[in-house]
Amino acid sequence: MTGVVTSKEMNAVHEQKKRLRILIAKPGLDGHDRGAKVIALALRDAGFEVLYTGLHRTIDDIVNTAIQEDVDVIGLSVYSGIHIPASKELLEKLEEAGVDDITVIVGGNIPPKDIKRLEEMGVAAVFPVGTRFEEIIDFCQQLLRGNKS
Amino acid sequence: MAKKEITEKDLRKVVLESGIEVKPIYRPEDIKDLDYERDIGNPGEFPFTRGIHKFMYRYRPWTMRQYSGFGTPEDTNSRFKFLIENGQNALNVAFDLPTQNGLDSDNPLAKWEVGRVGMAVDTLKDMEIAFDGIPIDKISTSLTINATAPIILAMYFVVAEKQGVDLKDVRATPQNDILKEIIGRGAWIFPVEPSVKLVCDIIEFCARNAPKVYPVSVCGYHIRESGATPAQEMGYAFSIAETYIDKVLERGLKVDEFVPRFSFNFDIFGNMFEQIAKLRAGRRLWARIIRDKYGAKNSASMKMKMIAGGGGAGLTFEQPENNIVRGAYYALVSALSGTQTMALCTFDEAYTIPSAKASLLALRTMQILMEETGVCDTVDPLGGSYYIEWLTNEMEKKIIEVMEEVESWGGMINAVERGYIQSKIARQAYEMEKKIQSGEIVKVGVNKYRMEEEEKEIELYDLDMTAVKTQLERLKEVKNERNNLKVKESLEELKKAIKRDENLMPYIIEAVRHYATVGEITQVLKDEYGVFKEPPIF
Repeated sequence: MTGVVTSKEMNAVHEQKKRLRILIAKPGLDGHDRGAKVIALALRDAGFEVLYTGLHRTIDDIVNTAIQEDVDVIGLSVYSGIHIPASKELLEKLEEAGVDDITVIVGGNIPPKDIKRLEEMGVAAVFPVGTRFEEIIDFCQQLLRGNKS
Repeated sequence: MAKKEITEKDLRKVVLESGIEVKPIYRPEDIKDLDYERDIGNPGEFPFTRGIHKFMYRYRPWTMRQYSGFGTPEDTNSRFKFLIENGQNALNVAFDLPTQNGLDSDNPLAKWEVGRVGMAVDTLKDMEIAFDGIPIDKISTSLTINATAPIILAMYFVVAEKQGVDLKDVRATPQNDILKEIIGRGAWIFPVEPSVKLVCDIIEFCARNAPKVYPVSVCGYHIRESGATPAQEMGYAFSIAETYIDKVLERGLKVDEFVPRFSFNFDIFGNMFEQIAKLRAGRRLWARIIRDKYGAKNSASMKMKMIAGGGGAGLTFEQPENNIVRGAYYALVSALSGTQTMALCTFDEAYTIPSAKASLLALRTMQILMEETGVCDTVDPLGGSYYIEWLTNEMEKKIIEVMEEVESWGGMINAVERGYIQSKIARQAYEMEKKIQSGEIVKVGVNKYRMEEEEKEIELYDLDMTAVKTQLERLKEVKNERNNLKVKESLEELKKAIKRDENLMPYIIEAVRHYATVGEITQVLKDEYGVFKEPPIF
C-alpha cells in the first residue's frame, strides 16, 4: 500500500497543517446570536481558528475585520430575514476591496426558497437552521484541502 | 418459569436539564417534610405556590396576548384589530430592530430592517396611527421594548393623553429589562450602568405617576432561549429583579410602593413537569425573598406575576406543522403553571415573523384549551402530587444555587459586564445542540422520524417594501411639519437633565410630544452615556 507519494498528496498534507481561519459575523441589528456562538464553538472544537465579530456589525466592519485578521472564510449568521441584501453587499464589498480568497458561507434562518438564490449570488454554501455540525465542518475541511473554492 | 422482575435499575436514567435526577415513582415519603401552610398554602395566600389569586382561572382566565407588529403602524393597527375582533383581549407590540436599537428609519444602519421584524416607530405620529381606534383605557398593552423603552413608553403616554385617558388609568407593560437584553436578546445600546438607570427611571416614574403600569417585565425567557436551564432562567431573572429593586430603593421608594407592579416573562418548552415545578417554586421563592429579604408588608409585592408560553427554542425548522402541536402542549403547561398571561410562538416562527393565519391559530390554540378542556375549573390541579411537590422543592434549591453563584460573581451587573453568564449559557447551548445532533435529546422530525422529502413550502410573511417607502415618507413629512425649535429645546433640556442625573422620563415625554424622533433622543443619550461594548465570551 505504501506507494509513491505524489506531489499533489504532499501539497494536501502540507495544506492540512495550515489552520483555516473563520470569521463568524453578525450583520445588522439583530441580537439573536445563539446560533453564531454555537457554530463558533463547534468549529473551534473541530480544530479551526474561529473569530466572532459580536453583534450589530455593518458589512464594512465585517470586511475590515476579515481583511485585518486574514481570514479564509466569513460565515454570516442571519435570523432576521436580511440574508439576501446582507450577503449581496458583503460579496460586492469584498470584490471592491480586491479580495478573492475569502469564501462566504451563510447560516441561520434561511427559507428553502432563498438557498438557491444565495448560491447563485456567489455564496459558497448555505447552512440553514437544523444543519448538522459535521456538514459544516466537512465543508471547511474540504476548503482546507482545496477541494472547494 | 417465573419472569425476572424488572427493577428501577433496569430503567434508563432520567436527569432534567436543571440537573435533577427523576425517579420513576414518587410516594408520600418523598414529601414527608412538606408543610401545607408553610410551603404551599391556599391559592392567593403566602407563599403563593399554588397561584397568586384565590380562584385563578375559575374567576378570570388568563389574558391572551399574541406578540404582533410588522411593517408600518397602519399594518400593525389592522393586525391589532384583527386579533381583538377574534377574541384577543390585550396587545403585545413587536417593534422593528431599528426602533429597538434607537435608529430612525432613514438611518443608513437601519437599511433592510425597517418594519421587518416588527412595527417601525420613528415619532409619536407612528404610535398615534398604531393605536388609532384602539381604546387605551380598556385594553392593556405590552410593549416589547427595552433599550428605547423610555421613549416608546413616553409616546404611549402621550397617545393616551390625546385619547383623553388619564395617566393614572393607563395599563401597559413595557418590557424594560435591559440586563436580559445584554445576556440574551442583544438589543442593547448604552453601557450597563446607565442602561439600568433608565430601567429604574421608568419604574420610579410609574410608581409615582402611572400606578397601573407594570414598569418592568423581567425576562427569564430570553436567557433560557439563549441556552439557560429552567433553574437558571428563574435564578437569573430573580437576580436581575433584585438588581432593579436595590437601585430603586436607593432612590427612596419603599418596597411596597413599586414591587407590586413587577412582572416576569418565562419560557415554556422542554420537560413539562420541570417547567411547572419551576414556576411553582419561583412563586414560593419570590414571595419569601420579597417578604424576608426586603421586608415587604403588602402581599401584592410578594406575588410573582407573569406572562408564560412562547417556547421559541422548542420549535423546529423541520416539519414546521409539528410546531402547532408543540404550541398546544406549551399552552397547557403554561396554564397548569398558573400564568396570568399567555403568548405562544406561532408554528412559522422558526422561519419568520408570524403570518396572520399562524397568529390566529395560536390564539385558537389558547381558546380551545380555555373553553373546551376544563383546565380553568380548578386551581393548581397538580398541587399535592407527590412528584410535582417533590420537584417544586428540588427546583427551588436549584434556583437558590443559581442566585448564589451570581452573588459569588459580585452580583448581576458585574456578571453581565464581564460576560460570565453569556459565556456559560453559550457553552450550554452548544452542549445541548450536540446532544440533539447525537440523538441524546430527541426532537421529533429532526433527529427522529425525520422525513427527507418534506421540503414543503409554508405560507410565510414577506416584508412589503412599500411599507418602507411609506415609513420614510412619513418621517420626512413629520420632520417638516413639527416645530423644530421646540424639538431642539426639549433635547437640550434632556441633555441637561442627564448631566444633573435626574429621572429622565419627564424630559423624554416632553421631547416626544414635540415629535422628536427615536433616533434623536437616543443620540442625546449616547452622547452622554456612550455605548455598550460586548465582553469577549470565548
